[in-house]
Amino acid sequence: MSGALRANASRTDIDAVVVGAGGAGLWAALELAREGIPTAVLTKLYPTRSHTGAAQGGVCAALGNVEEDHWEWHMFDTVKGGDYLTDQDAAEVLAREAIPAVIELERMGLPFNRTPDGKIDQRRFGGHTRNYGEGPVRRSCYAADRTGHMILQTLYQQCIKAGVKFYDEYHVVDLVFEGGEADKGGRCSGVVGYKISDGSLHVFRAKTVLLATGGYGRAWRVTSNAHSLTGDGMALAWRHGVPLMDMEFYQFHPTGIVGIGILLSEAARGEGGYLLNNEGKRFMESYAPKLMELAPRDMVSRAIYQEVRAGRGIDGKDYVYLDVRHLGRKVIEEKLPDITDFARVYQGVEPISEPVPIQPTAHYAMGGVPTNLNTEVIAGPDGSVVPGLFAAGEVACVSVHGANRLGTNSLVDLLVFGKRAGKRMAAICKSTQLPAARPGAETAVADEMAAMASRPEGVRPAEIRRDLAALMMDNVGVYRDEALLSAAVREIARLKGEYARVRVEDTGSVFNTDLLEARELGYLLDTAEATAVSALARKESRGAHSREDYPDRDDAKFLAHTMVWRGSDGAPAERIAYKPVTITIFEPKPRIY
Amino acid sequence: MSSVELKIQRFDPERDAAPHWVNYTVPVEPMDRVLDVLTRAKELFDGSITFRRSCAHGVCGSDALMINGRNRLACKVRVEQLGKSISVAPLPGLPVIKDLVVDMDAFFGKYRSVLPFLVAEEPAGEGERHQTQEQRDRYDDTTKCILCAACTSSCPSFWAQPDYVGPAAIVNAHRFIFDSRDEAADDRLEILADEDGVWRCRTTFNCVDACPRGINITKAILEVSSAIGSRR
Repeated sequence: MSGALRANASRTDIDAVVVGAGGAGLWAALELAREGIPTAVLTKLYPTRSHTGAAQGGVCAALGNVEEDHWEWHMFDTVKGGDYLTDQDAAEVLAREAIPAVIELERMGLPFNRTPDGKIDQRRFGGHTRNYGEGPVRRSCYAADRTGHMILQTLYQQCIKAGVKFYDEYHVVDLVFEGGEADKGGRCSGVVGYKISDGSLHVFRAKTVLLATGGYGRAWRVTSNAHSLTGDGMALAWRHGVPLMDMEFYQFHPTGIVGIGILLSEAARGEGGYLLNNEGKRFMESYAPKLMELAPRDMVSRAIYQEVRAGRGIDGKDYVYLDVRHLGRKVIEEKLPDITDFARVYQGVEPISEPVPIQPTAHYAMGGVPTNLNTEVIAGPDGSVVPGLFAAGEVACVSVHGANRLGTNSLVDLLVFGKRAGKRMAAICKSTQLPAARPGAETAVADEMAAMASRPEGVRPAEIRRDLAALMMDNVGVYRDEALLSAAVREIARLKGEYARVRVEDTGSVFNTDLLEARELGYLLDTAEATAVSALARKESRGAHSREDYPDRDDAKFLAHTMVWRGSDGAPAERIAYKPVTITIFEPKPRIY
Repeated sequence: MSSVELKIQRFDPERDAAPHWVNYTVPVEPMDRVLDVLTRAKELFDGSITFRRSCAHGVCGSDALMINGRNRLACKVRVEQLGKSISVAPLPGLPVIKDLVVDMDAFFGKYRSVLPFLVAEEPAGEGERHQTQEQRDRYDDTTKCILCAACTSSCPSFWAQPDYVGPAAIVNAHRFIFDSRDEAADDRLEILADEDGVWRCRTTFNCVDACPRGINITKAILEVSSAIGSRR
């Protein structure tokens, strides 16, 4: 065995393992602690580094603190925003349970901004409307433009208070199954963790495992996502026979910093900011006359591309302006302090006196590991459960976001379903026994990682990563067609071939980031493949998936969730099935704002 | 593309007896940040160059480093602010694990020691607590902390006395001491009245210079000291 891994894995038996310590993982851990369930939280970062902390604008809940609002309106907006691919039973859970979740966060100490009478303040956000689409509503509860930071901090604080056991900087490198893989009726029986500081492997045998690892924005060149968002949980589940669902629906957020993709929150538009083209015109008039800049993100991102194509980008280039100057210094500095700082630091632009150049940035996976309403991972369109395995937050697909997520609903999702995960896992832990131990559970992954670190020659991971990110940006972006997607599928297969020869230079066992980045690249290739294959198969346009060769939504053929399975033995993914959408109240209609 | 001279303090515990400097000539783009330059050096020259990073825009706190002698987040310092020569070392005063990576466990231990969570009786009913915007503003500044350790590791009192709880922990205690909803201010003040608590602050303001979130840390420490004083 190479020096990159230490021999002799440690073994721990525990009831619950939580992989990832963002909002979903932390809330699940908190519920498990409240139920007295022995739990290990493994995170490849320190918990407070998780990307929940980067969320800015707010978390929607129909509290009605500043104007009339109802959870039914929130549910409707979520369904319509998702272009009717949203499962309506899931959207109902989301909209209903958002209210107690936000109140519970306040009671945990989250420092929300307040109304003059001391209640949680609320502001407007894209796609959130009153009375089933009449106009914008104030629904987003917020703490300046640092809402995600406050959620992450508050949940971590409460976990400390509750005595949750954290394994910081333990990278989960494999899932363990017994009785076969997920598609053969097997049960998830634990995880293999790699301790980054010393290269040792740790096998955790558990009754329940929660994937709360977030998304995979790093598959694209321009992204708002952290370097750590490499699709780990999705790829690991996929490798063990779990299908991935709705992967073709990937959100591009309209307002990223040009070139580097750092997010400038939708809160800028929620507070009244404009989008302007090179004629100084608020071009959203032509695309969404009622909601204007507060139309859903997929529509705004497409509008920006259309303006740029028509030669109305700023200076004829590929970006437009976000203009908040008319809001005045006080609103900008008090309600949008962080994004103002981002514009100053990363663009050298002063938002108080200058418009800010922006372009769409790869932001959020609507798709992911399919689950039922209790966050139990499902193995196929019939909804049969994969015992022992759970998923919540961006890694999961319930599906509450359908074909396009509304702003703030990512935070709502991780709160509501993180909490549900903890409760369901606790119930299962109380009623089941530990699965049988699987000797040598770590052998396969240990061999793979050792091989990467001991090849005398091979391809550097950075080269493959750069090619993949450029490919996804060019071929699997806001607009797609048959030719682009077919080429993407072929090219990803070629990059996977290269990856089989990947070589890391760092052969040490202490904090080997070279090795872990190579491992993460493998996850990115898997999630990119699932995305491109699913996108090629969906011959319609819906939500964030815009096919120029199939510009219309086709409910007759595609009002259904895509499920795609990984090919065996390195073959490209071919097996696809469709799962019906759950419709309870709102019949699909054309989506006009 | 122009280039910069990047000097990295390197240390591999499996090979090196002591840290040493290694120089790299790295191509740079005009808007590059130090994190971009470190990443490029790792990709172009040596995959074993080791540092932490995650969000890459100053909100996660992973990449606090000593850059040209000052504690900064590598993702928030633009190369053009530094000139042609850049030196990067791990945060001072913390044990080095490898290259630019320091052991943060003791740092987080101090954070946990100040009861960094709301302690309050559950209010009656199921609704939210109320708080005026003025009460909210009272502790706003210290809610911004991202636990990057730039402040604590810039503090001469911490260098001299590693048991000092340090500015970051005091900031996080302040965040609850002055929250109108919290009921454990006395417990935190008791903890911070210890000999390794707030009294070790010598108001050198290094922490204020180092904080990437612009928190007025020295002011927060003085407010805590003053609260301890008025309690006696």
